Amino acid sequence: MIAHAIFFYFFSTIAVFSAIMVVASKNTVHSVFYLILDFISVSCLFIMIGAEFLGMIMLIVYVGAVAVLFLFVVMMLNVAQQQKNLFKKSISLSHISFGSIISLIVFFELIIVIGGWKYRPDVLKFSSIPFDENFTNTQLLGNVIYTDYIHLFQIAGFILLVSMIGAIVLTYRKREGVKKQSYFKQISREREEGVELLEVESNKGVKIDD
Amino acid sequence: MIDIGLSHYLFLAAIIFIIGIIGIFLNRKNVIIILMSIELILLAVNINLVSFSIFTNDLTGQIFTMFILTVAAAEAAIGLAIIVVYYRNRGTITVDDINSLKG
Repeated sequence: MIAHAIFFYFFSTIAVFSAIMVVASKNTVHSVFYLILDFISVSCLFIMIGAEFLGMIMLIVYVGAVAVLFLFVVMMLNVAQQQKNLFKKSISLSHISFGSIISLIVFFELIIVIGGWKYRPDVLKFSSIPFDENFTNTQLLGNVIYTDYIHLFQIAGFILLVSMIGAIVLTYRKREGVKKQSYFKQISREREEGVELLEVESNKGVKIDD
Repeated sequence: MIDIGLSHYLFLAAIIFIIGIIGIFLNRKNVIIILMSIELILLAVNINLVSFSIFTNDLTGQIFTMFILTVAAAEAAIGLAIIVVYYRNRGTITVDDINSLKG
């Protein structure tokens, strides 16, 4: 129990610190790295309390794909150059008080909800899919997700497909003046447009590309 | 303090959620930070769902977390594609300069 407490405080301190640094860091590349650190520490928490599969999936999906995508975009867009322009302007501070008021309100609402949960722990007695001690976490998830939740699972796949197509369509551009091989044009050529028969007079030759 | 229960995880999730909201409001640098703050908010929601799932002995929260992960990944891909297109057209992604919609 004490080990659980030590590890919880360790990982959650790192998670909160790196979440603050994501927001507060001046360099965007640094904040992407802090985002990676945040995801790693939260996935350690997940593994610690017994959701191993989700912890590993968080590592693969976020650290392996999403954070690297962020890093790629940040490095491609040359954001560091814009920061020099930013500091010349006088930044208005009016939005800071507004944002902090709203976030304080949301925070106290969340605390009230948590307090209510703490003093009424018997609100949610039943559980629809209880844990079976004989199986691991991954086996339990696999048993459920391919049977009861198969439609939702396939819809999730469709969401990924649509987002992939959307990202490609958004960022695709045709450039002028680039020579490309077109298989369709090559295959659909006919003899009539490729070959021209001429009556050539002797000793005169044929002019090409007139 | 020593006995770690559900409310500790809920507090952690609330703190990360609030940091995400503050990041959305206070950010004037670029839109990528806003996308990262949205990722933080989704992460806090995932912590909530997983800890409820573990402490109430119910697997449904973890299944829902997987779908949230899917949607978050799709959203990040689309958002970053939009940012790349915007940068290509306008040459900036600073939040104050994005005012074509006059919002």
